Amino acid sequence: MATKTLNGSQIVLRALKDQGVDVAFGLPGGVLLPFYDEIYQQNELKHILVRHEQGAMHAAEGYARANDKVGVVIVTSGPGATNTITGLVDAMMDSIPLVCITGQVPTALIGNDAFQEADTTGITRPCTKHNYLVKDVNDLARIMHEAFLVARSGRPGPVLVDIPKDIFLAEGPYVGPSKVEHKTYRPKVKGDFTDIKEAVKMMAAAKKPIFYCGGGVINSGPNASKLLTKLIKMTGYPCTLTLMGLGAFPASEKQYLGMLGMHGTYEANLAMHDCDLIINIGARFDDRVTGRLDGFSPNSKRIHVDIDPSSINKNVLVDLAIIGDAGHILEDMIKAWKSEQAIPNKKALGQWWEKIEGWRKVDSLKYKSTKKVIEPQFFLERVAALTKGKNAYFSTDVGQHQMWAAQYLPFEEPNRWLTSGGLGTMGYGLPAAMGAQVAHKDALCVCVTSEGSFMMNLQELATCVEYKLPVKVFLLYNAYLGMVRQWQEMFHGERYSASVLESHPDFVKLAEAFGMTGLMAETPDQVDDIIQQTLDIDGPVLTVAKINRTAKVFPMIPAGAAHNEIILGEKDLPDDAQNNTDAMVLT
Amino acid sequence: MNIRDKELRLHTISVLVDNESGVLARVIGLFSGRGYNISSLTVAEVDGEIRTSKITIVTRGTYQVIEQIKAQLQRLVPIHKVVDLTVDGPSVERELALIKVKGVGEKRVEALRIADIFRASVVDSSNESFVFEIIGRTQKLDAFIELMQPLGLVDISRTGIAAISRGPEAM
Repeated sequence: MATKTLNGSQIVLRALKDQGVDVAFGLPGGVLLPFYDEIYQQNELKHILVRHEQGAMHAAEGYARANDKVGVVIVTSGPGATNTITGLVDAMMDSIPLVCITGQVPTALIGNDAFQEADTTGITRPCTKHNYLVKDVNDLARIMHEAFLVARSGRPGPVLVDIPKDIFLAEGPYVGPSKVEHKTYRPKVKGDFTDIKEAVKMMAAAKKPIFYCGGGVINSGPNASKLLTKLIKMTGYPCTLTLMGLGAFPASEKQYLGMLGMHGTYEANLAMHDCDLIINIGARFDDRVTGRLDGFSPNSKRIHVDIDPSSINKNVLVDLAIIGDAGHILEDMIKAWKSEQAIPNKKALGQWWEKIEGWRKVDSLKYKSTKKVIEPQFFLERVAALTKGKNAYFSTDVGQHQMWAAQYLPFEEPNRWLTSGGLGTMGYGLPAAMGAQVAHKDALCVCVTSEGSFMMNLQELATCVEYKLPVKVFLLYNAYLGMVRQWQEMFHGERYSASVLESHPDFVKLAEAFGMTGLMAETPDQVDDIIQQTLDIDGPVLTVAKINRTAKVFPMIPAGAAHNEIILGEKDLPDDAQNNTDAMVLT
Repeated sequence: MNIRDKELRLHTISVLVDNESGVLARVIGLFSGRGYNISSLTVAEVDGEIRTSKITIVTRGTYQVIEQIKAQLQRLVPIHKVVDLTVDGPSVERELALIKVKGVGEKRVEALRIADIFRASVVDSSNESFVFEIIGRTQKLDAFIELMQPLGLVDISRTGIAAISRGPEAM
């Protein structure tokens, strides 16, 4: 063979380089020693040493989401691999492209219950888009390139490559990415143009249309968001975004109705309920968006653009499905809109907007502020105001603070909003912000969190300090598992079962113990100053805001309710809410 | 066929896959993980050179669920093709069973006579037993087994269904 042979470790590094990877998040271990020895002797791949494998996963997710690239993780066998499970499923649910390299015990020991052995490919099969166990060094280069192809194309997702220790040491040939063609995997990216023309006809004929767009637009790349914005402006139709889609259409645009779903705005949800045409681009009719299915948008026709055929007719039946990449389809939709000389029904659209503006006047995100206690909504509005124009990246954890962040932080561009949508992983926020900061060294990277979530991955503060990653953490402190508490107050007779966090560290001292700055705001008048200080300090900062402990997220569509049964605030709660427990379980 | 049709139907789905390690586990895991039903499943390599296997799955569901199953199967990376033989034109289905019947005297003669009617062949015999091999549609096998029940049926092995479309076209 004319090809120069390399050892397995060198093959992996060469493949990473050829795939354009310059950063990986990882944590070594026994079976990875040969690989880490090779990493030590080179300068092309920057390795970020995390403090827990789950941290590596979410960091890679944040990196991928903020950078429109594939995130790379390197972890050892056994516990190293099992610690990645939550991150893998998280990336699977939110369609985040990752390649996770796991070490495995030597080939000869597989199946013998060796030290730190786990059936990694077996365990991760349903948690990944695809996975590989490399049994022959001759397959290694091909598998590495295939992994990247599968991770980033089609509906993106996590791919795991399990490499036994002896394969890292064995010598084999290297082949470049251009020589690798997948035997079976051919995702469809171009939409059927006849269907696209049909869609445009339906759009022009609609009297009460709405664009409902999601993470698929973000995953298609920044250009898809530009095309979406262009199409929406051409039509003059309203647009709502899912949690994963925030930033796909600028929040400052008049045609934007805000996020929809369980904690979406009044106007977005009522428009979805009342519309006669849903134009779904890259969203998947998730149960947190649709509410009760038999009460969902009862009088609408639906167009569904999705890259994944299994998303079609999964939850909600649609009238026209177009399979393909959002960017390509949006481009063709714009073409078709022009070539078909589509003209919206001006009169009907005017009436539709009148109705929507009426709902918008309800101002469903208004809240009461006092001078005594910091309202979380107020705090986030101030964060938004003081970071305006800084092109910041925001990550969140999961729970009340996540919903407030989604409601009160406006996003003008894609790839700025990093959150765990599908899986709802507490502990996602800090490592995700860290990953974004690795991708954008000089950008402002903010993590909005609360102590319940934050405590799940706070070890990564050490990583932030070690690599001088100036992540700004805003921790909304309420000494509760706030979202659980909110449901217990509203639907479980105020029985706060296991939702009160009785003991907690002094977070300011905790930050200092990690070698970074800790700040604390206890009253509303301190808020602006503390936020400004946080932004001005050169380095990572953990800033705690003691918020109104019993603040709740509104509006809210309770589980098992329809969009038009939206609850706007405390006074709006139905009398029997507390008794209606079967529809109100946290499902 | 209508997507709103709520009636449960049996569908025979043929799946051409790369014969790589774990591919069957992916297919089975998909069915168990998403709560789909499997009535029958067969798998074997069909091309040793390019290493492809064919999996034939019989599953029950509403039209919407069957469509989901097909889309989910299509999504698995090592899958070449998914065909719903129940919907996409006529097909033939066959199953093989090995059936052990223990008995002497009149019952033994009766078992042989019925086997003859069903064109089952004897692949093993001892003084007090036969093993019959029978090939046919599932209903034929079921009928044969039912008739063998009172004649000393002691053991059954069935292969599950293999199916292929009629006519000259390959999958």
